Amino acid sequence: MSSAMTIDGKNPVLSLRNIHKSFGSIEVLHGINLEVAAGEVVALLGENGAGKSTLSNIISGTILPSSGEMTWLGAPYAPATPRDAIDAGVAMIHQELMLLPHLSIAENIFVGRYPMKAGRLDRGEMDRRAQAGLKRLGLEISPRRPVEGLSTASQQLIEIAKALTLNAKLLILDEPTAALGSEETKLLFEQIERLKSEGVGIIYISHRLEEIKQIADRIVVMRDGEKVQEFDTADVPIRTIVEAMVGRSMEQMFPPLARPEDSQVLKVSGLTSPTGRFRDVSFSVRKGEIFGIAGLVGAGRTELVRSIAGADPIQTGTVELNGKDITPKSPGQAIRNGIILVPEDRKLQGVILDHSIQENIAYSNFESVSKSGWMSNRRVKKFASENIRKFGVKGIGSQMANEMSGGNQQKIVIAKWLARNPDVVLLDEPTRGIDVGARSSIYELIHGLAAQGVAVVVVSSDLEEVLGVSNRIMVMAAGRQVGILDHSEANDVSVMELATA
Amino acid sequence: MQSTEDTNSAMIKASSGLRGAFSFGGATGPLIGLILLCAFLSIATDSFLSFRNFLNILDQITVLGIMAVGMTFVILIAGIDLSVGSVLALSMMVLGFLNVEAELPMAISIGGALVASALVGVVAGLLITEFKVPPFIATLAMMSIARGLANMITNGSQIIGFPAWFNMGAIIRHGGVLTTTVAVMLVVFVVALLFQRYREGGRMLYAIGGNPEVARLAGINVKRATVLTYTACAALSGLAGVLLAARLDAVQPSSGVAYELDAIAAVVIGGTSLAGGTGGVGGTIIGVLIIGVLRNGLNLLSVSPFLQAVIIGLVIVLAVAAETFKHRNK
Repeated sequence: MSSAMTIDGKNPVLSLRNIHKSFGSIEVLHGINLEVAAGEVVALLGENGAGKSTLSNIISGTILPSSGEMTWLGAPYAPATPRDAIDAGVAMIHQELMLLPHLSIAENIFVGRYPMKAGRLDRGEMDRRAQAGLKRLGLEISPRRPVEGLSTASQQLIEIAKALTLNAKLLILDEPTAALGSEETKLLFEQIERLKSEGVGIIYISHRLEEIKQIADRIVVMRDGEKVQEFDTADVPIRTIVEAMVGRSMEQMFPPLARPEDSQVLKVSGLTSPTGRFRDVSFSVRKGEIFGIAGLVGAGRTELVRSIAGADPIQTGTVELNGKDITPKSPGQAIRNGIILVPEDRKLQGVILDHSIQENIAYSNFESVSKSGWMSNRRVKKFASENIRKFGVKGIGSQMANEMSGGNQQKIVIAKWLARNPDVVLLDEPTRGIDVGARSSIYELIHGLAAQGVAVVVVSSDLEEVLGVSNRIMVMAAGRQVGILDHSEANDVSVMELATA
Repeated sequence: MQSTEDTNSAMIKASSGLRGAFSFGGATGPLIGLILLCAFLSIATDSFLSFRNFLNILDQITVLGIMAVGMTFVILIAGIDLSVGSVLALSMMVLGFLNVEAELPMAISIGGALVASALVGVVAGLLITEFKVPPFIATLAMMSIARGLANMITNGSQIIGFPAWFNMGAIIRHGGVLTTTVAVMLVVFVVALLFQRYREGGRMLYAIGGNPEVARLAGINVKRATVLTYTACAALSGLAGVLLAARLDAVQPSSGVAYELDAIAAVVIGGTSLAGGTGGVGGTIIGVLIIGVLRNGLNLLSVSPFLQAVIIGLVIVLAVAAETFKHRNK
């Protein structure tokens, strides 16, 4: 595992020697060596907190290393700002897209370095060069179009186009597919292949291990600020990678499925959205059943579960709970009836990041922490710490939500509801952006719910996940339900066939 | 590693113990500022440090104090209310019209003034929640409308002739200590603090300001709470108008111009973030006291009112800069 060697005879464009980084007295990177050659994709894997972000921020000039050396194209490389890195040809594409929605694609690509002619903005030149950049990525859209309203995948590609227009020779992609469906992911991968053939080096960070096999040439696994393993091929069993990441051998990722009871809890009939995002959807979920909803991004799954939870309006159709029509008009109504939603976007819809955990928990449980409208801090604390313990959240009540890992945040989002003993729990993308080690504990939580007799609905773009956790799977395509498969007949092929039919 | 984690969590515990929700609204900085200011003025002037001067300051901050409480709630939900100064004027004119012109009893007149004020808040709240008008614009419009209405009542002229006891409420110090107007302010402070710390409704404001979508998905009726908040803010401005009428023993439609800026300044100096979700009434009370003490002290030092305005501006900058600096070092 000597990292000083050249890779397959190629010369490294970027090499890192013994990079250390400390924040205050805590060292978070303990001497990392890394090489990236032109035209190769290096997958950088590791759990949250393993040091991937710190490392990529050092390479992209966002933070400075405490010690160690980097060389770029044979010369010493020490970017002090992201601008330095970009000027040298190193660009990082962040997980959270940083585009300005009201500006045109071309303006977004050239923001801060507009082409000028005679002291004025040269719009023609800007559009022409933006067009060229888009074409290079196979995007057939006008550069004059505003970014607002473009799909996440297109926006991702525009970010990449932006980097390429600045002559980037090394791209760091941080979870580029986190918000993409499999069609969009395919499109992105085609473009990555194309960039590879043009000699662009890529550091690829992702939690979706199935992807790695398709796209990466090499795999570097980090854990606790150290590089723990390096695979010279991406053809490594996922299990092996996961074990390297978590540092222990994994039990079965998905707990065994239990048989649900016969009584029907949730019944949805002919549900249609006023915006047409889903039409005429009918299904029912039994007590203790885990009901998966699969489909491509844009199939209407999120909108469907949001409507069932009262968060979005319903045009026609009914939601019945234990035989009673309770079609909700507001989230409050659904919650009082025992239907709760764990929303898709944790940071925007699930928790208030700069409020403490106990406050976050209290917001959903005013009845439990107050007596006829009066709250006491003591009750809030007690209630929060009980639930924190019960659901195995690592943290204390007075800690801010944004000081915790994604996995623990998600546990709070789920835990804050469970004290109400809901009848139905709707989870939308429950493990998005959560690392592998923490995922299995979310799955355990989901199974625990089902075991208590809760009817659980799981929406997920991660096929392996829906297949692994669900008793039955409904597949949606373009707003319509195209089939419901039993666990025994569902596999990635049968689901994908339906989803793309 | 374990021990650093422990100290970390202890630090977090300590810092969040002092922070927002269940304490002084993150106002330790402003509180220290207030104490230093008082200490300086006690040394620099002969007359600052006296019980009598302290009571004077309380009298002087009554109107601002009550308006700033309402403004705190609005800013907590990440809103803004520019109409409070005009609402104060409207309340005063309605009071004068009902009591002096229509010769109705004072209790009914005050009730009418408060209802008129609250209605302005209801309209602003509905504009914001139902018609999606940004708070800045909605309350800017209400600022103009309320001012116009206040002027229409008497065609711009003042009303005098309140019963004599009304003005005495702002002058006579019961037991040599509290005027009725100051007592009303203190009651408003206590009720607001209790509401914010111990009522569901108060905690909901923090959730809405922190992230309205999270709050909505948590089952909180965000629209209703928003309308109620603007209504409460307007009603408190109306109450401030009644107290100002008592202090002046007259009402005129040009009262309260630019008071909204003083109220916002007090809230911001007190550590409530304009982004919403953090801060609170505790900090605002300190903010109001800082402005009150500063004005009083500068007067005692014979500083010109123009220079006073400059100094208050500097204090706002200082307060917000200190807050930002604290956050960056966190």
